[in-house]
Amino acid sequence: MKLTLRIWRQAGPADSGRMVAYEVPDANPDMSFLELLDVLNERLTLEGDDPVTFDHDCREGICGSCGVVINGQAHGPRERTTTCQLHMREFADGDVIDVEPWRSVAFGVVKDLMVDRSGLDRIIRAGGYISANTGSAPEAHATPVPKPIADTAFDNATCIGCGACVAACPNGSAMLFTSAKVTHLNSLPQGAPERADRVLNLVEAMDAEGFGGCTNTGECTVACPKGIPLDSIATLNREYLRASLGRK
Amino acid sequence: MTFFKLGDDIADTRAPDVPIEQRWDKRRFDAKLVNPANRRRHSVIIVGTGLAGGAAGATLAEQGYHVIQFCYQDSPRRAHSIAAQGGINAAKNYRNDGDSVYRLFYDTVKGGDFRARESNVYRLAQTSTQIIDQCVAQGVPFAREYSGLLDTRSFGGVQVARTFYARGQTGQQLLIGAYQALSRQIDAGNVEMHERTEMLDLIVIDGRARGIVARDLVTGQISTYLADAVVLATGGYGNVFYLSTNAKNSNASAIWRAHRRGAYFANPCYTQIHPTCIPRSGDYQSKLTLMSESLRNDGRIWVPKNAGDTRSPDQIPEAERDYYLERIYPGFGNLVPRDIASRAAKNQCDLGRGVGPGGLGVYLDFADAIRRLGEDKVREKYGNLFEMYDRITGEDPYKVPMRIYPAVHYTMGGLWVDYDLQSTIPGCFVVGEANFSDHGANRLGASALMQGLADGYFVLPPMLGNYIASNKFDKVTEAHPDVVETVNEATGRLTKLLSINGERTVDSFHRELGEIMWDECGMARSEDGLRKALGRLPELREEFWRSVKVPGSGSQVNQSLERANRVSDFLELGELMCVDALHREESCGGHFRVESQTPDGEARRDDDRFAYAGAWEFGGTGEQPILHKEPLNFDYVHLAQRNYA
Ligand SMILES: Cc1cc2nc3c(=O)[nH]c(=O)nc-3n(C[C@H](O)[C@H](O)[C@H](O)COP(=O)(O)OP(=O)(O)OC[C@H]3O[C@@H](n4cnc5c(N)ncnc54)[C@H](O)[C@@H]3O)c2cc1C
Ligand code: SF4
Ligand code: FES
Repeated sequence: MKLTLRIWRQAGPADSGRMVAYEVPDANPDMSFLELLDVLNERLTLEGDDPVTFDHDCREGICGSCGVVINGQAHGPRERTTTCQLHMREFADGDVIDVEPWRSVAFGVVKDLMVDRSGLDRIIRAGGYISANTGSAPEAHATPVPKPIADTAFDNATCIGCGACVAACPNGSAMLFTSAKVTHLNSLPQGAPERADRVLNLVEAMDAEGFGGCTNTGECTVACPKGIPLDSIATLNREYLRASLGRK
Repeated sequence: MTFFKLGDDIADTRAPDVPIEQRWDKRRFDAKLVNPANRRRHSVIIVGTGLAGGAAGATLAEQGYHVIQFCYQDSPRRAHSIAAQGGINAAKNYRNDGDSVYRLFYDTVKGGDFRARESNVYRLAQTSTQIIDQCVAQGVPFAREYSGLLDTRSFGGVQVARTFYARGQTGQQLLIGAYQALSRQIDAGNVEMHERTEMLDLIVIDGRARGIVARDLVTGQISTYLADAVVLATGGYGNVFYLSTNAKNSNASAIWRAHRRGAYFANPCYTQIHPTCIPRSGDYQSKLTLMSESLRNDGRIWVPKNAGDTRSPDQIPEAERDYYLERIYPGFGNLVPRDIASRAAKNQCDLGRGVGPGGLGVYLDFADAIRRLGEDKVREKYGNLFEMYDRITGEDPYKVPMRIYPAVHYTMGGLWVDYDLQSTIPGCFVVGEANFSDHGANRLGASALMQGLADGYFVLPPMLGNYIASNKFDKVTEAHPDVVETVNEATGRLTKLLSINGERTVDSFHRELGEIMWDECGMARSEDGLRKALGRLPELREEFWRSVKVPGSGSQVNQSLERANRVSDFLELGELMCVDALHREESCGGHFRVESQTPDGEARRDDDRFAYAGAWEFGGTGEQPILHKEPLNFDYVHLAQRNYA
């Protein structure tokens, strides 16, 4: 396959950045999108150009490192698929593909396609955990968890923290990410004691990080590679209301 | 020509001399304690935030130590442990199927082909049950039955169902648990977290580990971090092979640098080739993807009986298929240990019965399971793995059998540690896949997660406390000559890499190294092949330092420079792996020497000559490494040839 990539190049946070076009004449339908960038980078290196910087690690869709906007869509055209798991067979010979970093007020560009997502970690630090010091745990079977509740917790715990939801949201909101954590932990009996503080603290941290407000556009869930549903946002809102009333 | 010198045996591993069930209690009782009020004044560096490092960081911080922690990713949550799929073992015996601490111990020693240290394995089995309790308390959503109780399944090499799991994402769920516990400590100010920061070297002062040199991967700034002890939790070195199931940036630099500073490297040739990975598809291939071993619970492995049969699988009638694992190993069938399953697949492909491009693949077929359980049930158990397979190959495994082939997956070898998990450099502790401790020559499925968490949550903390309580720590500063020298060496290396400006990319060297290692130090190893590799590797290393091309500068994000630095270490480690493989003239577990096999092609150990762990001391640049043997005693599980028939 012969493809044209138009890639966002930005030397650092201070640089204003621009799209630069590259021809890749030797793409293969079985390549992953990141392997396509690898091939381009090998060539740029030999030609004395600066290779394109992008985050990646597992290349299995689970670590959440990768993520670029492809033709305007976070993680590209295939639903429920991270950039590393997107394969070139989704594209046609001769395609021109735009590749850009996540764009959001809360995610500054570090270089090229690499952005700073540390705001998501700070949201978790504000209370996205159950306080259980090592060694203090009761026997695991002391608290049975009904399967449907365990399944809901699991489904929400599959969030990989990639930030696609933020990139896709016109307001740059981190509501889907935050709601996944609240739903994971607040559904479980183990999470009950800290339930109210957790949701209030997470939402407060999210606002403090400069993520935008949620206006229910639903773009987040479309972009989400793990299929975190909008229901989770509804759960967060319910938990938030309940906690706010409780606090007064 | 020999490639090494022989040093003294390792006499003491610090395991107390009492019956095995009492050793860990005794060791903990004898350990000195640090007064809780004093812990704050002691700092500990932890490199790595995977299961081992994440668990250790959270626990030590909860106990009151000041923790300074590092990872090269942009978030501690992204450590390679996140990718583990299948599950974690624990001797809970919830199924009442005859499991016990002793059986888990026994299975692990046997599965490791009698090349692990009994004391450590026993402790691992003892600790396993607490891990599940801890994780459940943190909110790890393990799979549950309709009763609300935890579900378990079977993994290779065992006949009980002791593997706890969270769909095909167990590593992710366990790591998120540890990450959340760590996040809580970061928020509380007990952990100083440095993301996107890579350790370049270990600082050793007066014979003790006192800090690290690290590079900020965003600004390029090289800094020193000083502390009372250093814990390495940096994972395995499977990426020596270039293509492996490890994350792309997994590397050996931290442990290799520590090795060069005096930490022995044990059993480097023990690598695990996982039988069920997606075969490679082209030259651009950047990594290989695992299909969890749990699939062998329900999938059946087969090849066409006739070599060169190119019909599509649905056109091949039952009678013309060979379910070779079920045929050769009726007792364990598709669930034989990994080393055996991998070798069997290679043997079938060598016979010309392989399927798919290049004949490098065998079928893993779910047709029977789908008939028996229904597609929905199969989807519930393995849905995410099937989806992943479909995305990568463009084939639907609900309709056509998966094609799989073995790939490098895990490294049993690693830095040598004593019973306290301390390396031969006092104050340098090593946990998780980075150490060599518990799996002998072959790791059983679902035991790495168990070991990482056992090390991090339960074993390291009291032993580290003992070290701190037993020593005095003079204050060291960045002006100390040993610190200055280590920084200069690390900086000099990077400057050198940037200045070569040759004509070959880093990846081209890495690929070439990987091919040599796969061909000569992979699934089957021979004296000739290893000698050939040992001839070629020094040349390749020399070529690397002469003609690698690393664009850009050191004072900004430079992923080529990061890779070059890692590959330069892999080039040295690869050579030690070959030396180790050559010296071990026996087959055991993942180490298969073609010269040492039974008439029916099974691995043949040589217990008289090789019942030891081989711990290598760095002999100096360009000098031969020095072998120290740690004799292994099997007082409880008696030496026997493994039999899975
Ligand atoms: C695809 C796959 C599936 C697996 N499935 C299973 C399974 O089902 N069950 C099981 O038991 N095991 C499984 N394993 C094995 C298991 O996942 C690993 O052995 C284990 O997770 C390793 O954990 P760790 O904490 O030792 O290291 P890792 O998780 O590899 O973490 C290493 C850490 O060190 C950091 N680091 C490394 N080098 C540096 C440096 N120089 N400077 C700074 N930081 C550094 C990294 O940033 C990272 O935080 C699987 C492995 C793979 C590849
Ligand atoms: S909610 Fe989805 S899109 Fe958002 S960070 Fe999590 S996995 Fe990524
Ligand atoms: S590289 Fe890990 S999710 Fe894509």
